[in-house]
Amino acid sequence: MKHVANWALNAAASRGVTYADVRVIAHRSRSLTTKNGKVGSASDAESVGMNVRVLADGAWGFAASAELGRGAVEATAARAVDIAKASARVKREDVRLAPEKPAVAEWRTPYKIDPFTISVEQNIELLLRIDAELRSVAGITLAEANLNFSREEQWFASSEGADIHQAKLSTGAGYAAYAFAGNEIQKRSYPNSFGGQWQNKGYELIEELKLVENARRIAEEAVALHKADQCPEGKFDIILDSSQLGLQIHESVGHPIELDRVLGMEANFAGTSFLTLDKLRTLRYGSDLVNVVADARQAHGPGLGTFGFDDEGVAAQCMPIIKNGLFTGYLSSRETAHTIGETRSGGTMRAEGWNRLPMIRMTNVSLLPGEKPLSLEQLIAATDHGILMQTNRSWSIDDKRYNFQFGCEIGWEVKGGMRVRIVKNPSYSGITTEFWNSLDAVCSRDEWTLWGTPNCGKGQPQQVMGTGHGAAPARFRGIKVGSAFKGN
Amino acid sequence: MLTKEQAADVFDRIENLSSSDEVEVLFSGGKFALTRFANNTIHQNVAEENAVVSVRTVFGGRTARAVTNKFDDESLRQVVNSSESLAKVQHPDLDLLPMPDAREAGESPVPTRSVASRYFEKTAAITPELRAEGVRKIVGVADQHKLTTAGVFSSGESFEGIFNSRGLSRWHTQTSAEVSITMLAADSSGWQKANSPDVASLDPLRLAETAAQKAVESASPREIPAGKCTVILEPAAVLDIVGFMFWDYSGMAILDQRSFLTGRIGTRLFGENITIMDDVTHPRQSGSPFDGEGMTRKTIPLVESGIIKRVVYARATAERMKKSEYGNKVGPIEPTGHGFTLPNEMGEMPLNIVFAPTGNPQTIEQMIASTERGILVTRLWYIREVEPFEKVLTGMTRDGTFLVENGRLQGGVRNFRFNESLIQMLSNVEAMSIPVRSCGEESFDMVVPAMKVKEFNFTEVTKF
Repeated sequence: MKHVANWALNAAASRGVTYADVRVIAHRSRSLTTKNGKVGSASDAESVGMNVRVLADGAWGFAASAELGRGAVEATAARAVDIAKASARVKREDVRLAPEKPAVAEWRTPYKIDPFTISVEQNIELLLRIDAELRSVAGITLAEANLNFSREEQWFASSEGADIHQAKLSTGAGYAAYAFAGNEIQKRSYPNSFGGQWQNKGYELIEELKLVENARRIAEEAVALHKADQCPEGKFDIILDSSQLGLQIHESVGHPIELDRVLGMEANFAGTSFLTLDKLRTLRYGSDLVNVVADARQAHGPGLGTFGFDDEGVAAQCMPIIKNGLFTGYLSSRETAHTIGETRSGGTMRAEGWNRLPMIRMTNVSLLPGEKPLSLEQLIAATDHGILMQTNRSWSIDDKRYNFQFGCEIGWEVKGGMRVRIVKNPSYSGITTEFWNSLDAVCSRDEWTLWGTPNCGKGQPQQVMGTGHGAAPARFRGIKVGSAFKGN
Repeated sequence: MLTKEQAADVFDRIENLSSSDEVEVLFSGGKFALTRFANNTIHQNVAEENAVVSVRTVFGGRTARAVTNKFDDESLRQVVNSSESLAKVQHPDLDLLPMPDAREAGESPVPTRSVASRYFEKTAAITPELRAEGVRKIVGVADQHKLTTAGVFSSGESFEGIFNSRGLSRWHTQTSAEVSITMLAADSSGWQKANSPDVASLDPLRLAETAAQKAVESASPREIPAGKCTVILEPAAVLDIVGFMFWDYSGMAILDQRSFLTGRIGTRLFGENITIMDDVTHPRQSGSPFDGEGMTRKTIPLVESGIIKRVVYARATAERMKKSEYGNKVGPIEPTGHGFTLPNEMGEMPLNIVFAPTGNPQTIEQMIASTERGILVTRLWYIREVEPFEKVLTGMTRDGTFLVENGRLQGGVRNFRFNESLIQMLSNVEAMSIPVRSCGEESFDMVVPAMKVKEFNFTEVTKF
């Protein structure tokens, strides 16, 4: 594919650009679902294409094409230059890129089992076994299960001399059991809601998740929710399981630290951020126990935000975001790094595919585990009165990322260090910094999971991206619970 | 762009490559360009062109799909092989019907108006320079009001087609243009958005002026306590919140018992002033006149005077519903032309929503004038379902939230979080405007009115 990149770079250079990069991408995916004992959908998809991003007259242009013939590639490059020159008609200052030593590299997602080598029959059999387990529980009215595999091969080249080949592999799986009775629909999901668990690894993830082994318990919990009391309303100490905490991190830390949001670049759609530049290294984001990193390196784990290089050729890095509660860093790019006094991009630019522009995206934004040994059961035992909440059901946050509200699928009231009853429809709400400052306990490494969020939307045209979020269960003091159901 | 004749040729090649009982090929793609601006500067500016071919094969009740965007002989051979390999290892689906022929796809017991052309040469011909010029004018409005602006100006042309081995062939082309504008002041903002197949019907300057006016007039927002109050929801706000219920107007959703309409069809769920149709032929609607199997989209009355009348059906869903326990409880059951591409697990949904005009439409200004105390909402944001059967939704107000007192706007207020049952909301509508084509960010485009709603449930206030 290097010849495709060279055609584009040469065509752009001949039109006087000051910078150009090219990405040629081949993407393959497989999606299998079952519903109530039947295959719901079965599809394979491939998409191949290239794009050219250029700086001309100090402004950006981008064009993408599925055609990889020389004529089409050169025309696409020319189009990107024309677009950049049109952009320059409405600019205040020239785009500045932080310097980056051009990398020549090869990187692959480590994996044990290529999921595309597992037969479709075997996958369908697994899904149907899960389905049968779920529906063996009386009261389950709908069972859904899914398996998803994705492989993306990308060749990146730039006018500065970068030449990077990456091959990323991701795997996802999950299921949900619904119980409809009376005037109520209750639902439980495993290992997480909205698609399950996703990681950048091979089929070994499916074997690790123990999907069949947990199906009956999940279905029984969905049915049990119908007999459970409504979660009480008021101020409570809450304990969040690691998957819910992963989403809490995503929404109330991951998005606010995106520097493009902070600088107003997303104001029309995704919104801005309360984390204005004056807050860097001055804002007490959370309690002393809050330590958050944005880590794209393989060493952090096989998250959906793990890679070798971002989509403008910057190597994966670990950025300290919150250190002992103090806000210390943003997610940045080559264009934005200078606005926070940095001389190098944080390496967070990623695009959904060959036809989309790279933009600042979360990598693996993770809450580091507590240093002292603490299991979830020990944390519950140390809680006098509170609500334990598990698995996200709804999520919403304002466009500056202050006010949030989350609903969970299931809760347990904790009294005297014991789970005393299941409660249904648990929810909590708050203001981001007040919430993180109320954290007083985080479980330790053996309770820590690197969750995948496969459905993060941002940008215009909208792009969906996978992000990673490591978390262990944690406790928050004096949180508002139940206002989601107040007045309804 | 790919033409119908070129697509027909590709279909013939695929049909010759396939050994399946039946084969169906979908085509989609086109050209799309978007100029994005922020901080009064064009900061992103993109264009793409793509064409996708999607092949579904059937072997004895087994079906599956494979997709590619490569059209050379070897790629077409591979995509057929992928589809067939996947299909052959499926379990037979007893609900799977033979593909529709042209007659079945087009026939309708109710005469269906034809869809006027949604392809406009002037829209297809928009250049990056024209979009930049439009943005320059928007930035000019921002400069004039000492505001910062962000938004998009996009344009494109697209095609959608379906061919099958029973002789069906349908094709739809359309253009689209969209302008979305946010105006930002120090502690306030305003927003407007519009789209149309015909760029001539868009007025970016008017949108910019309105967004700027909202930003200026909502400056220095006051915090007022959350609670139940009267709201005036502009059409974009109505669209974004009501859009969350239309997944449930589906026969499959009833069969799956995941619809809030389960057991409620034929009952009065909303106020008598609420009547909703699905009508792809409406002059302010857009989209193709056929569904994922090529069936003509029929005009379906979903709600009449607050009573849930019907849901929509894909072909197989209609057959299942007739045999189900709900068969005699859900009104007329027939394929309505709202199915998704097969195979899928969601069945169908209405996508061309049109609210009927009320007998006594009011402008937003009239609604404000008749309000003693309430909140005017420009836009809602990050809406999610809290409770699926009473359809309790949560979300935030955004980009222009105003206090109304004594019949007049009294300046901006800090944004609210709501937790509101859609059933309650549509039972509490006191006034509506003439429905207009509207677009937001949380739901698909619709023809909806502005609404004045009593006892809307705000539960929290944020910090801006």
